[in-house]
Amino acid sequence: MRYAALATVAVAVATCVAAPARAQDVAAPSRPSATATTTTASDSALEAQTTAVASTLRCPVCQGESIQDSPSDLARQMRIVVRDKLRAGNTPDQVKAYFVSKYGEWILLDPTMTGLNILLYVIPVLLVVGGLALVAILVRRWTAPETTTQ
Amino acid sequence: MIGLLAHNALLVSLAAVAFGAILTPVAIRTGRQEWLQLVYGAVYTNFLLVSVAAGSMVVALVTHDFSVSYVAAVGSRSTPLLFTIISLWGALEGSILFWAWVLGLYSAAVVLLHHRRPGNLVPYAVMTLLAVAAFFAILLVGPADPFLPVFPVPADGPGPNTLLQNHYLMAVHPPLLYLGYVGMSVPFAFALGAIFSNEAASNDWSILSRRWMLASWGFLSAAIIAGMWWSYGVLGWGGYWAWDPVENASFLPWLTATAYLHSVMVQERRNMLRLWTLNLCVATFVLTILGTFLTRSGILSSVHAFTTGAIGYYFLAFIAIVLVTTLTLVAGNSERIQTKGKLGGAASRETVFLLNNLFLTAVMLTVLVGTLYPLVAEAVRGVKVSVGVPFFNRMALPAMVSLLFLMGVGPALPWGSTTWADARKRLYPPGIAAVILGAIAVIAGARSIYAILAFAFVGYAAMSNLREFWIGMRARHRAHGESWPTALVRLVAGNRRRYGGYVAHIGVLLIALGITASSTFRTEREATLTPGQTLTVSGRTVRLKNLWGREEPQRSVIGATMDVVGKNGAIIGTLEPRMNYYRVSDQPVPTPDVSSSWRGDLYVNLMAFDSGGANATVKVIVEPFVTWIWFGGLVVVIGAFIGLFYSSRGTGAPALATNSASAGPTVANADP
Amino acid sequence: MNWKRASIAVLAAAPLIALFAYGFSRDPAEIPSPLPGHAAPNFTLTVFAPGDGPLMQPLGDTFRLGELVGKVVVVNFWASWCGPCRSEHATLSETARQYAGRPARFIGVLYNDSAASATQWIGEMGGQSYPALLDPGALTAIDYGVYGVPETFIVDATGRIAYKQVGPVSANILHQWIDSLLPNATAAGTVPRARVP
Repeated sequence: MRYAALATVAVAVATCVAAPARAQDVAAPSRPSATATTTTASDSALEAQTTAVASTLRCPVCQGESIQDSPSDLARQMRIVVRDKLRAGNTPDQVKAYFVSKYGEWILLDPTMTGLNILLYVIPVLLVVGGLALVAILVRRWTAPETTTQ
Repeated sequence: MIGLLAHNALLVSLAAVAFGAILTPVAIRTGRQEWLQLVYGAVYTNFLLVSVAAGSMVVALVTHDFSVSYVAAVGSRSTPLLFTIISLWGALEGSILFWAWVLGLYSAAVVLLHHRRPGNLVPYAVMTLLAVAAFFAILLVGPADPFLPVFPVPADGPGPNTLLQNHYLMAVHPPLLYLGYVGMSVPFAFALGAIFSNEAASNDWSILSRRWMLASWGFLSAAIIAGMWWSYGVLGWGGYWAWDPVENASFLPWLTATAYLHSVMVQERRNMLRLWTLNLCVATFVLTILGTFLTRSGILSSVHAFTTGAIGYYFLAFIAIVLVTTLTLVAGNSERIQTKGKLGGAASRETVFLLNNLFLTAVMLTVLVGTLYPLVAEAVRGVKVSVGVPFFNRMALPAMVSLLFLMGVGPALPWGSTTWADARKRLYPPGIAAVILGAIAVIAGARSIYAILAFAFVGYAAMSNLREFWIGMRARHRAHGESWPTALVRLVAGNRRRYGGYVAHIGVLLIALGITASSTFRTEREATLTPGQTLTVSGRTVRLKNLWGREEPQRSVIGATMDVVGKNGAIIGTLEPRMNYYRVSDQPVPTPDVSSSWRGDLYVNLMAFDSGGANATVKVIVEPFVTWIWFGGLVVVIGAFIGLFYSSRGTGAPALATNSASAGPTVANADP
Repeated sequence: MNWKRASIAVLAAAPLIALFAYGFSRDPAEIPSPLPGHAAPNFTLTVFAPGDGPLMQPLGDTFRLGELVGKVVVVNFWASWCGPCRSEHATLSETARQYAGRPARFIGVLYNDSAASATQWIGEMGGQSYPALLDPGALTAIDYGVYGVPETFIVDATGRIAYKQVGPVSANILHQWIDSLLPNATAAGTVPRARVP
């Protein structure tokens, strides 16, 4: 079976991907006491939500980086604001709206799907859909019998 | 003194290229072929003069001749020699000078390799290259003159941009980028040359230009990967791609060049897509200029954008001239270039290439629209908006994942046509790898549909491409009784272009796997540690040992020594993330430290520290398979290299296998 | 040559060129603030540099913006590591002194800096007439959408942000805005409208 060798390689590759992920699952609840953070287990959902929101906010003092990625002081402080607001019960959209009210729409790395911005989302879809239709038409035409060639 | 010499060299070079560009059509129209020798002489002269200028700049930089304006702007006595030399391309004027030098090099190579070819294609192509060179020469004696005299001569300078003098990859990435970018002027020149010389309706020009495109594509691929590696090593957030305008600018021509390398095969085999392929050639060049314009003119903000003044208007004028000229030429002659070809059947490699071109173009336009949209929004709505990572990931990923799938379908299908039953027989087997890799991704915790599909399609395409090698090797093994390694070598040597392509595919798949795995399974944590405290991320543990400081001539360095602790508590390594405070800048530049293995990276960045040494805030990121991206880049380059030296005997016929050892660099005479 | 096709193609490229030309009239680094015209976010911060003379507010005192209704307030975000802050410092200090007897207040808010280095900086600069506040975690700075220092906000007597200056502020701008916003100022018609860029 010639796929056997490939399958073995694939499984070996997979174990390597899977290993760290599983290790993390185990490590998360039973963190060594000497670690610096004092987060509780329930915070992991909050952390995930903070990361998700912070990834969509642009760091004002960097260029193009999100506040999640930027190592700058302001980005770190803004992450804390995001976390605090989420913890206080704000929805992700409310947190984003807060930053928009302070910094303008500029701060959103993911433009809102409203008004002119819709073009930004519609054009790529139209390109692919229109392109697929075009390719279908061309292939039909180019494979048609000689007489119908125009 | 040296500045005056170089400045005059550039003035003469401007005269030479302008003279050559104007003389070419005169020589052709009047039938004085001997004048073309003067044109070619102008090309060599230009290369010599720009080399003198670039060489003078290096000498001025190394000798700290602060009477030269560029040296006064980017030089510093305290900068290490390597970074002093590479600051040649570290700021605007120097990078234009370097660009002009690379263009001079390519133009001289084109003349050297192709001047014997009969017909007007090469002269007109040279004329186009000279016209482009004239633009850069105008910049160099005008708004981007790096050799302006400075008086009084300062005793020292500020040194290069701190981000650029913090990593050795800055010695690698920009030259590769320029070799790729500028090299794409050559296929463009051949495309315009073909229109001027009425040869656009034949395939000759694309046979000449495709190899230049492949070489440039290889350089650009390497440059993009080196740029990713640089971001990873210097920006400190553990990422390598941020859809920054500068990154997009390098990606856009890569996409059209990739589309070209595929569509040109359809053109050669089927006499189809001629106008489309020519458009891709032109678009690739326009995108290199557009990318340079966007990032050099300062109309978009970006990490590594150079700040500029008047030079932006020159670029705008140049872009307008290029667009108007090429669109007039291409659209005006489109009826003559267009051909009516026929496909053998719908189930064929040609169809896959059409889809490949569609998705590559769609990604290109999506990225282009996203990059330019902030300008559009400001013009129309009067509001500043950002278009960043989340947008590009959401909008470009579907098409990119589709491309991964097509990379598996294309090689499996034959040219011409086949029956659907045969197509199924060819397409089903790699599905096994898709199912396995997709399942593994799900088990490992991937939940995003794109991530799972990306894993599955990488498996599919990898198996499909490897299977091509396997099928070919088995055939040789059975037919000639060759040993497996011999069969592999002779198989590849016999059809370098094809198997070079498959090698490049495998490189791209390795990159895709590295990107998908490292972004899907990335885990990161930030914590403030006191010495002795540990932080565990995803099963990897680091312990802060101590903080230290060090003074260097150009910067102060604060570092944290961190032990990597193994499962049994033993120290298995040491990492030293640092923060660099350059004397010339308020903004510190981090130097993250990475422990790499083929399984993944442990990435540690020093975020903040207590000045008394009591604690350090570090970000620890565990990213599986990052090194596969860099390795995949190497494989892509190897693939391009193999494909570059294919046999002159044509595209499909297997050549004699014996010439493999002596093939060498045969660019010069491979095309009859 | 098919000139019709050629012209159509060139016309199609015209908007792109026009867009780039337009791009030159814009500064990508400038982020217009949505705040002018809106109520100034309230803040309650601690004084770490008291100021001197009539404007002094004791060290450790609490400053509440909300208590200053009826007064024009100039809020200046700054840091000791900020180069351009040096050039505007004398202007701010001097202008604050000139308005000492009027219903106008100046306040400095320290941005991502330590009280120690900021105090030392004030000493080096020859003192500062108005008090300065600590902003732990930059919460107030974020509330004001600060992205670089120095930034100066001018709040009118009703507690509304009338103007935001990015970069060093000039005496001219300060006088113009404060004079027009002071309650006893000229007729309403000459009051400059809040700038919403």
